[in-house]
Amino acid sequence: MAVVEKSKPKIAVWKFASCDGCQLSLLNCEDELLNLLGEVEIGYFLEASRATVEGPYDLSLVEGSITTPHDAERIHSVRRRSRHLVTIGACATAGGIQALRNFQDVEEFTSIVYASPQYISTLRKSTAIADHVKVDLELRGCPIDKGQLLEVIGAFLAGRKPGIPSHSVCLECKRQGTVCVMVAHGTPCLGPVTQAGCRALCPSYSRGCFGCFGPMESPNTASLSDRWRQLGEGNHNLIRAFRTFNAYADAFRKESEALEVLGTRDAR
Amino acid sequence: MVVVAEGLDRLFEALRRREFTVVGPTVRDGAIVYDELESAADLPTGWTDEQDGGHYRLERRDDEAVFGYVVGPHSWKRYLHPPFLRLWRAEKRDDGFQVARDEAPRKPYAFLGVRSCELHAIAIQDRVFLEGEHVDPIYRERRENAFIVAVNCGQAGGTCFCVSMNTGPKASQGFDLALTEVLEDGRHYFVVESGSDRGAELLAELGGSEATEVELTAAEVAVKNAVGQMGRSLETEGLKELLYRNYEHPRWDQVAERCLACTNCTMVCPTCFCSSVEDVSDLDGEGAERWRTWDSCFSGEFSYIHGGNVRQTVKSRYRQWMTHKLATWYDQFGSSGCVGCGRCITWCPVAIDITEEAAAIRLDDRPSEQ
Ligand code: SF4
Ligand code: SF4
Ligand code: SF4
Ligand code: SF4
Repeated sequence: MAVVEKSKPKIAVWKFASCDGCQLSLLNCEDELLNLLGEVEIGYFLEASRATVEGPYDLSLVEGSITTPHDAERIHSVRRRSRHLVTIGACATAGGIQALRNFQDVEEFTSIVYASPQYISTLRKSTAIADHVKVDLELRGCPIDKGQLLEVIGAFLAGRKPGIPSHSVCLECKRQGTVCVMVAHGTPCLGPVTQAGCRALCPSYSRGCFGCFGPMESPNTASLSDRWRQLGEGNHNLIRAFRTFNAYADAFRKESEALEVLGTRDAR
Repeated sequence: MVVVAEGLDRLFEALRRREFTVVGPTVRDGAIVYDELESAADLPTGWTDEQDGGHYRLERRDDEAVFGYVVGPHSWKRYLHPPFLRLWRAEKRDDGFQVARDEAPRKPYAFLGVRSCELHAIAIQDRVFLEGEHVDPIYRERRENAFIVAVNCGQAGGTCFCVSMNTGPKASQGFDLALTEVLEDGRHYFVVESGSDRGAELLAELGGSEATEVELTAAEVAVKNAVGQMGRSLETEGLKELLYRNYEHPRWDQVAERCLACTNCTMVCPTCFCSSVEDVSDLDGEGAERWRTWDSCFSGEFSYIHGGNVRQTVKSRYRQWMTHKLATWYDQFGSSGCVGCGRCITWCPVAIDITEEAAAIRLDDRPSEQ
């Protein structure tokens, strides 16, 4: 019987405004990478190889946020060439750390930073990929978790739903038996409003959660802010906590804006 | 019997000889947790805990008490109903696939330092997992031969309310041995009682002496101290009916404003038993595994059934949890689902207190239309 080589799914990895950390997570899957290469054809992954294969692609992994008019165009062409599009990391899913500029005046920045600001073509806001095109799945994290990435690719290959939970970091933290840093040490932690995925890494090193995975499914940020204030944190620190890698994720943005209003009121 | 403090070493040796894995309290990361112990030196001697809503602090004692604290963030369900468990692994073969199950722990557990409220919690999980039509073989394997050394509380914690729930502080049944620690007049000893034949047999190896009246009284006084120190209380009279008729009480909205739906209360509760089952597959499609993990009625995915989520609001999730613990559990399993250990109060990051919520509703009883 003749063996028919089943054609492998084609995967592409795209980069927009980002630090490359999430793509590196894929390269860091050393043990699994060879296995993966046996199952898929990497069509486009400039971080790993210059060789490219023509689209369309079965699965596109998109890293980075949209910050320039050119990228706002390019993402549509990526979408057109992709059967499935998965965004990876805080930049692609929430605008990333560069979305901090969304709270400020970008033109003022460019005029201060660049000698010839007229050559700078940039959008006023850094936005998530889903604000521009349809996204099939968002994989959170700054950076993403390599286990979750392999789960998504594995599920894609098997044609099943990936197990990517949307509950809080606390659930992972407790399952692991980590002692709660907020209750037992009085250390402020964003875990209760942050989506799981990192295996509660920071609390397991006695640090509060920094919110790398963005808001969980039903984030009660106002109640957590109240608790942080009881632990002695001022509004200023709270705003800083909500404005990091996922500053422009809806729930975190709204909370930091509400805290700003509260801050000006308190200052009066 | 009375065993001097050094007798704990002999207890460890006796459990070792019987091939038990000893699990008990130990200090880690600023709390008293349960873990596998090598010797009596691993126990939290000289430590205590300060507990309140959303608050836990490990403190030094001014004596050498070995069990001078109450329950911490862990419970025995971590061992009897593990948080992560691979149910099976399947691998492709030429003629189909082969399924392999993981082995149960080779040696049975000896749980050392089980409090009365926890014995009641284990009894409740026994009913859930071992009675009725569907017996959980995983729980059974771990539970069946477990040796239980209970400790009667000589002090209560800031969030304890076992007296209200009739579950403590003195262990009444469900143990092989029960210790009461006494530190008095420069003496440090344990009054030990056996609750089973194998307990009595082991007790004989500890080199104790017959307890005198004075020693027995000292042990009773210690337990009485705990009774007088309950940090919380809960009125249970008519509680089930109260909650049933206040299903639409405005208090549920108020608690939902504070509740983070973070799941901590359910994770630390020694009777909560919910889990979910997930499948994972190898990248090359050659193998697949089925895992069971702790889950919670506070997570949205948990109440997702075909077509949607049956408990979309946090209000409905908190109400589901609290009424299950204090009311529907009676209909389902014939007892309260709460043993008054206080863990959900201490480990709730925003200090939501089940006793306070129940009291608020009782104070403002507003039967809703059916
Ligand atoms: S340490 Fe943070 S993530 Fe862990 S349970 Fe406490 S609040 Fe939640
Ligand atoms: S609730 Fe009672 S039995 Fe449980 S730890 Fe507190 S005092 Fe001891
Ligand atoms: S509901 Fe709270 S107090 Fe009652 S058994 Fe569970 S954790 Fe303990
Ligand atoms: S009651 Fe407390 S511990 Fe439970 S889900 Fe709500 S905030 Fe979390």
